[in-house]
Amino acid sequence: MPHDHDHSEHEALVIEDAAGNIEAQIIVDALQEVLIGKGLLTAFEVTSAIAKLESPGIHLGAQVVAKAWTDPDYRARLLSDGRAAIQELDIPVTEARIIVVENTPQLHNLITCTLCSCYPRSILGQPPSWYISKAYRARSVREPRHVLAEFGLDLSEDIQLVVHDSNADMRYLVLPEPPADLERLTLNALEALISRDHLIGVAREVV
Amino acid sequence: MKRFSAGDIVQVLALGKTGHVRIPHYIRNQIGRVTAYCGTYLNPEDLAVGNTAGRAVDLYRVAFAQTQLWPDEGIPHHDTLVIEIYDHWLAPAKETPNAPRS
Repeated sequence: MPHDHDHSEHEALVIEDAAGNIEAQIIVDALQEVLIGKGLLTAFEVTSAIAKLESPGIHLGAQVVAKAWTDPDYRARLLSDGRAAIQELDIPVTEARIIVVENTPQLHNLITCTLCSCYPRSILGQPPSWYISKAYRARSVREPRHVLAEFGLDLSEDIQLVVHDSNADMRYLVLPEPPADLERLTLNALEALISRDHLIGVAREVV
Repeated sequence: MKRFSAGDIVQVLALGKTGHVRIPHYIRNQIGRVTAYCGTYLNPEDLAVGNTAGRAVDLYRVAFAQTQLWPDEGIPHHDTLVIEIYDHWLAPAKETPNAPRS
């Protein structure tokens, strides 16, 4: 589709562009067809690359958090250098730095990316569509407590809310507070309690 | 050369640059407090146009009081927003009661 308007009027493709015919997709399909036609690429290589992109998931973030809950030395290392501590668990990290922000009884952290969709993909996989939506990106900084309430989290005013806008080179992971029965649970059981929402900060209690 | 340290009061500049700038409008002109130095990174304003030979720039995390950013009633006084700002978008500023406590 030809463009007869200035590109600064709108942003590059984001989730809202759901008409089915997405401009970028048409370009990618055409490029792929040419590359495969010339023998420079195979369809298998394309799907393999997609599979690699999609293989990290919330299970990795949950593994990191459960380890931090049960190993105070690891927790300290994770808070001082997230990337290095995550790599200790043989999880490949592609982000330059991961900053782990810890929830406490007095403080709650919320992660957003107002400019696009920056997200710790190495440990959480691809972000959910709502995280990329313009509504979340705008409202998570403008009225974060209302957003949390819509996620079912009525944060007490006594608790300080810190919103982290991952607008540049850092990526963020929330370290939630452990469940009350931490001691009685195995690592596997702990990991199963941790959701993506906890690690972004739109959920708080792990039970 | 690292210009700021954690605790310093800074103001975000409104440079009016076009292109792939990573400093959103809502934070420009605002006064906050540096919480951490993040190291040096290639400038995304250069990288976006294919210039990978540019000078690496210092990056800081800066905290702002939510009550200062938005006019809404009822924002708890201790709520903050933390965002990353590249050195060339920052100027030293004077202590203000509006900046979040360190």
